[in-house]
Amino acid sequence: MAGMTEMKITEEEAMPEARSADSAVEPARHRPMGATARKAVERVTELGEQTVGEVRCENPFIVTENVDVYYGDNHAIQNVTLEIGKSEVIALIGPSGCGKSTYLRCLNRMNDSIESARVTGKIALDGQDIYGSDLDPVALRARVGMVFQKPNPFPKSIYDNVAYGPRIHGLAADRAELDDIVHTSLDRAGLLKEVKDRMDEPGTGLSGGQQQRLCIARTIAVNPEVILMDEPCSALDPIATARIEDLIDELSQDYAIVIVTHSMQQAARVSKRVAYFHLGRLVEVDETDKIFTNPRHKLTEDYITGRIG
Amino acid sequence: MQNLTLILLLAAMAGGAFYAGRRRSFAVVGGPAHGAQLHSLPGYYGYFTLIWCLLPALGLFFVWVLLEPKVIVALIVQSLPDPQRMVSEGELNLLVNNIRNLAAGDAISGDADAVMRDAAERYNEYLAASRRVLATLTLGIAGLGGAIALRRIRPEFRARNRVEQVVLYLLIAASSIAILTTIGIVLSVLFEAIRFFREVSLTEFLFGLTWSPQTAIRADQVGSSGSFGAVPLFTGTLLITTIAMVVAVPVGLMTAIYLAEYSSSRVRAVAKPLLEILAGIPTVVYGFFAALTVAPWVRTAGEAIGLEVASESALAAGLVMGIMIIPLVSSLSDDAIHAVPTAMRDGALGLGSTRSETMIKVILPAALPGIVGGILLAVSRAIGETMIVVMAAGLAANLTANPFEAVTTVTVQIVTLLVGDQEFDSAKTLAAFALGLVLFVVTLCLNVIGLMFVRKYREQYE
Repeated sequence: MAGMTEMKITEEEAMPEARSADSAVEPARHRPMGATARKAVERVTELGEQTVGEVRCENPFIVTENVDVYYGDNHAIQNVTLEIGKSEVIALIGPSGCGKSTYLRCLNRMNDSIESARVTGKIALDGQDIYGSDLDPVALRARVGMVFQKPNPFPKSIYDNVAYGPRIHGLAADRAELDDIVHTSLDRAGLLKEVKDRMDEPGTGLSGGQQQRLCIARTIAVNPEVILMDEPCSALDPIATARIEDLIDELSQDYAIVIVTHSMQQAARVSKRVAYFHLGRLVEVDETDKIFTNPRHKLTEDYITGRIG
Repeated sequence: MQNLTLILLLAAMAGGAFYAGRRRSFAVVGGPAHGAQLHSLPGYYGYFTLIWCLLPALGLFFVWVLLEPKVIVALIVQSLPDPQRMVSEGELNLLVNNIRNLAAGDAISGDADAVMRDAAERYNEYLAASRRVLATLTLGIAGLGGAIALRRIRPEFRARNRVEQVVLYLLIAASSIAILTTIGIVLSVLFEAIRFFREVSLTEFLFGLTWSPQTAIRADQVGSSGSFGAVPLFTGTLLITTIAMVVAVPVGLMTAIYLAEYSSSRVRAVAKPLLEILAGIPTVVYGFFAALTVAPWVRTAGEAIGLEVASESALAAGLVMGIMIIPLVSSLSDDAIHAVPTAMRDGALGLGSTRSETMIKVILPAALPGIVGGILLAVSRAIGETMIVVMAAGLAANLTANPFEAVTTVTVQIVTLLVGDQEFDSAKTLAAFALGLVLFVVTLCLNVIGLMFVRKYREQYE
């Protein structure tokens, strides 16, 4: 996916140029493969195999050792070792196509649905190998919830959206218990006040920010141990973003949260640790303050000062 | 001059006009080096000249060719001596035909007398004169149009806009052909049906329980009064369509679910084209498959479990029709399932649903309107299907809901009513049009409802 995303972006960048040009006079020209990308490849060869900073943490909950991910021939993630602690928020940052989303999707085996994807290395959740043969990915995903880039409520009522998870996992014995779970989850997602009088209306009718909070409510309704967030605010306006960030802050009391973000401000605001990915490698991991004030690696510095992006 | 030669000449002139226009556009700015001063690309000036050269000339050509025979015939009739002119319309037509054949040197009915030979000669003269005038006029207009266009070429002249305007009209004309044809078909069926309903009342047709369209030619024949109660046909159609849908909907839907969600890309790459081949088999082939293979098989199978099955049973026809419709249902359902955003799938999987829970609880409900729309389109296809039922369902208009008996359908009856020598003013023949009208109205309604479902569904995600 990493490589594919990058290709897509290059195409999208080239398209408007071709369209806006006076097509009758000037033939659409293809922009050659970006010079910056090639330079970046050279830079990566400069950096060593070793990740800079502190990949270990006290009280680790998710442990990934030497993880490699391939999409067909494309080596999307290379030798990533990282520990994620219980009830900590870790932000994954890096330029487009650097593999941070791929890494995130390894943690709940969402890559399984991609036919050509292959994962090697060891990923353990609370000491249990999640790629082990005895582990059911379905059960895993109930423990590791995920919030996606674009709000994706089901075309069902608000109530049914939140009740979906508890229903399929049989978490509620009767209707009253289910009501309780739905209300608690919506409340924790900070959405209850806004929707309590219209629980039967379709979830797709909410605003973007509300939809995203509905998706978060839906995720916490199954009572996971970890929440993965793949750029959860990239489709939202600043006010909705601020609300989600507050929410992440509150949720971090109870859950380990791994958040992929393109916004360094957001990473600085919500996370305790930051991991910087570059072209499939984990370049640097450290406390958020250290990364943003005193990055140890040249690439990290370039990225957070806006020289790569 | 032959018309074909004329058209070839016109085409040559049009080609010349294109190059002249292009060259002229360079000339007005002083050479290809200054092409940027032109408003449009040089080619557009060429097309502009071509259009001016070709369109008016072609317009005149077609109008002339349409009117030519009528005018010439009118002139010939005018010139005939009174005794020949004062006959009935039919005889006059015959006479004119004879004159034409004589003029063309073909065999004619009866002997040619002097008057006719005269007329034939005049006919040839008129025709030759007409052709000469047509050729001169057409080529003249083509040349004139081209010249006018050439004179209008200036650097600031907006040739592209003009050409695009003409192209736009061409597109509109092309799309109106289909619409006008539909309207024409509807009107012709409608008027014939109205003639039918003058003889047979609408209520008898729609609610009568006996269908026996044999009307006697002589009053003393047996079964002289035809009976036009179409209910047995409607129930027959309904029965066969129901059987077909009972086969096609589950199989098609499950195929779609498998192909869209479960199959590996390799299986999909093989299975999809194969399904499309199934859709491409001519229905007449399905027809003899139904009549020769499935019907006897249904009969033996029925007998084996002690059921009496007609050799042309509704079941056999319905089964085969269902198989024919599977690709339609599966490919429309496949589209609907694919149109559900991946985000839905990811969301459901991310909550820990199994694949089947994702499918049943999230994707199918989201895709349902599209699937229903597809099924309605399939129903209208089944109702209108003719060849399979003609070959496999039989002709007996039984009013029954038993799938093992022979039934007949609306389309089969239309075929039988119109096959063979017919007089086009008997109730028997006209009944075909009334049936056709019913068929048209029903399938139209189904299509409209189906498309409404499909559209509503599309809006949901855009």
